[in-house]
Amino acid sequence: MKIFEKFLHIDRRIIFLLILLGVAIPLIWTLGFNLEVTENVQSVYDLLQNLEPGTRILISFDYDPSTKPEIQPMAISLMQQAFTLRLRIIATALWPMGVQMCNEAYETVSAEYPDVKYGIDFINLGYKSGGMVTINHMAKDFRSTFPADAGGNPIDEFPIMKGIKNFDKIGCMISLSAGDPGLKQWVMIVHDTFGKPVAGGTTAVQAPTMLPYVNEQQQLVGLLGGLKGAAEYELLINKPGFATKGMDAQSVAHLIIILFILIGNIGYFATRKQKPKLEAK
Amino acid sequence: MAILMDRIGIWIGAFLTFAIFSFLYKDNPFYKIAEQIFIGISAGYWFIYTIYNILMPNLFIPVTTDFTHNFILLIPAFLGILMLCRLIPTIDWVSRYALAVVVGTTAGLFFKRYLQSDVLNQLTATMLNPFASSNAAQIIGELILIIGTITGIVYFFFSKKHEGAFGTTARVGIYFLMISFGAAFGYTVMARISLLIGRLNFLLGDWLGIIKP
Amino acid sequence: MRRQIPMIITFFVGALIIVSEFIPHRPFGNLSTSLEGWFLIISGFAIILGQLSLFKVNIIKIHRKAPNWPYFIIALVSFSIMVICGILWGTQQQPGLLHTSDKMLNFFGMKPFDYIFKYMFENLSATMFSLLAFFMASASYRAFRARSPESTLLLIAAVLVMLGRTTIGSTLTGWIPESLGFLHLPNIASFIMKYPNTAGQRAIMICAGLGVIGSSLRIILGIERSYLGGK
Repeated sequence: MKIFEKFLHIDRRIIFLLILLGVAIPLIWTLGFNLEVTENVQSVYDLLQNLEPGTRILISFDYDPSTKPEIQPMAISLMQQAFTLRLRIIATALWPMGVQMCNEAYETVSAEYPDVKYGIDFINLGYKSGGMVTINHMAKDFRSTFPADAGGNPIDEFPIMKGIKNFDKIGCMISLSAGDPGLKQWVMIVHDTFGKPVAGGTTAVQAPTMLPYVNEQQQLVGLLGGLKGAAEYELLINKPGFATKGMDAQSVAHLIIILFILIGNIGYFATRKQKPKLEAK
Repeated sequence: MAILMDRIGIWIGAFLTFAIFSFLYKDNPFYKIAEQIFIGISAGYWFIYTIYNILMPNLFIPVTTDFTHNFILLIPAFLGILMLCRLIPTIDWVSRYALAVVVGTTAGLFFKRYLQSDVLNQLTATMLNPFASSNAAQIIGELILIIGTITGIVYFFFSKKHEGAFGTTARVGIYFLMISFGAAFGYTVMARISLLIGRLNFLLGDWLGIIKP
Repeated sequence: MRRQIPMIITFFVGALIIVSEFIPHRPFGNLSTSLEGWFLIISGFAIILGQLSLFKVNIIKIHRKAPNWPYFIIALVSFSIMVICGILWGTQQQPGLLHTSDKMLNFFGMKPFDYIFKYMFENLSATMFSLLAFFMASASYRAFRARSPESTLLLIAAVLVMLGRTTIGSTLTGWIPESLGFLHLPNIASFIMKYPNTAGQRAIMICAGLGVIGSSLRIILGIERSYLGGK
């Protein structure tokens, strides 16, 4: 029975070490487990696939470096698919660090697509504060919300911004979101007020709370949730990247955590039965 | 030289990573220093980007280049300055005027949007015909969805005591909420491990070169 | 008057925004659009206020020699360096006051502001949050007990989602024939997320939404005044 008491008092440094090894080893030696695509991710993929070449899509980079491992792979995959389909991307950010995240994603992707030109196929409009109020203002008067791009150049100079006064000429909207303001606000304004399709990529923490928007009304067309969502998207566009590599480590780490939860519960139940017997004595 | 600075930057990043990770052992000066650098850089970044991405293009440049058409922007500029008076204790009350505009706008917009998106649309989405599908899993699932949503809402009605039939309904609601929280926990685990994967990918890949891209 | 006038402003602004939803034409539509544009500028000043407050609070702590006061100097120095780099040499897209010479770009490979952000801030930010992985694993082991029917349900849902939402779930139950596909872990996890999780989250969303509507009305009507602060 002493062993069950020991189950309840494992030093936390052992847990830290096992988690560290459980993540590090599969990153070095990949295990190659199977990945399956889910319905919500497929929906996002199909949304872009069904757009006409030349359509402008709005992508909002609403995250910062703390959630970059989860969301940056989604951003890269979405941009890769968009440029392959010859869609044009208008990028913005409701988080200030989203601007840098957008720049890094664009630098990574544009190296593979030398024909993509800034101002024609892609533009970064920079950061705007204000959350939902600013999105609502964009919908009514896009050009006064964004008089210039992130570099301070007037948007009238850029062919991609021709005719954009509101969301009418936007094919769809995708928010890559780590919290508030983010996907929720985009859904409320872009879809629920102005009827444009919205899809999203969120951190795994936020994903369960966004799922109610994936419904018959199509408030959200689909949702990429966490590293798994990013890995599924990489599989769909056939360009495996960081997310795909990270799934093995994810699986092993989850197994370790489940194991410790089981050990803790075994110890709890075994010693719980012990205590009434001891008290009776 | 740029390549050398890139290498030095990676070493700085690795050092700061270990400074933060040292907190796992115990709180120490390296962690405290790294934490304060983080706070300072974050604040500086926000400051610069607010000026370059908001105040310059939306206020200063329109007012200075075409004052005739944009003089009305002096009103939000004035309100913004009132907002900054919050830093001065003797006149911090003037910031309430700017705050009133901000709070009023937000409250008005939230009232409309939350009503439509989070209440009406969600209720509509729950009004399904679960027997329309021929798929057994979908029928069961949609019944679960309808029952779970209604019982969950009943649980949150605290104006009536949870007893009798009402209490039983609320109890069922709690079970659905517990499943939600369990699923949320599972996803939270996934999120946190993903962040650790990112860090180790940097250390093992960019810093030590053990993992090849 | 220090409280009454702001409350009147809140009422008029809030009411205008709501009325413009139903009457989008002039003057309500134009006024609400202008208000939203002004909101963007005022919120920019609010962010500046936040950073200056941080500066002020740290200066006060240093001046009063609060516990650990030397560390606050580091925060001020980092803030100052970042602001000076941003103003003088600009960011990746923005030119600064001095404009970046080729010499500096050749030296750093990028502007100083971007260099600090990429090699210092990104690593600090990502590591800060990745610490949570360890603490969460430790906390799960210590606190996650099936003490009651509710906690058991929570535990089972969590374990099924944790297995089903990873590649190990597909591998463990990949051998199950399609006729028994409902036992395939990824399918179980998808079912849990799509139906019972959505039901619970939807209930929370509806009730929270009603709360927000109530709070918004209270603020507009002046019943809720906590946002005004002190006297």
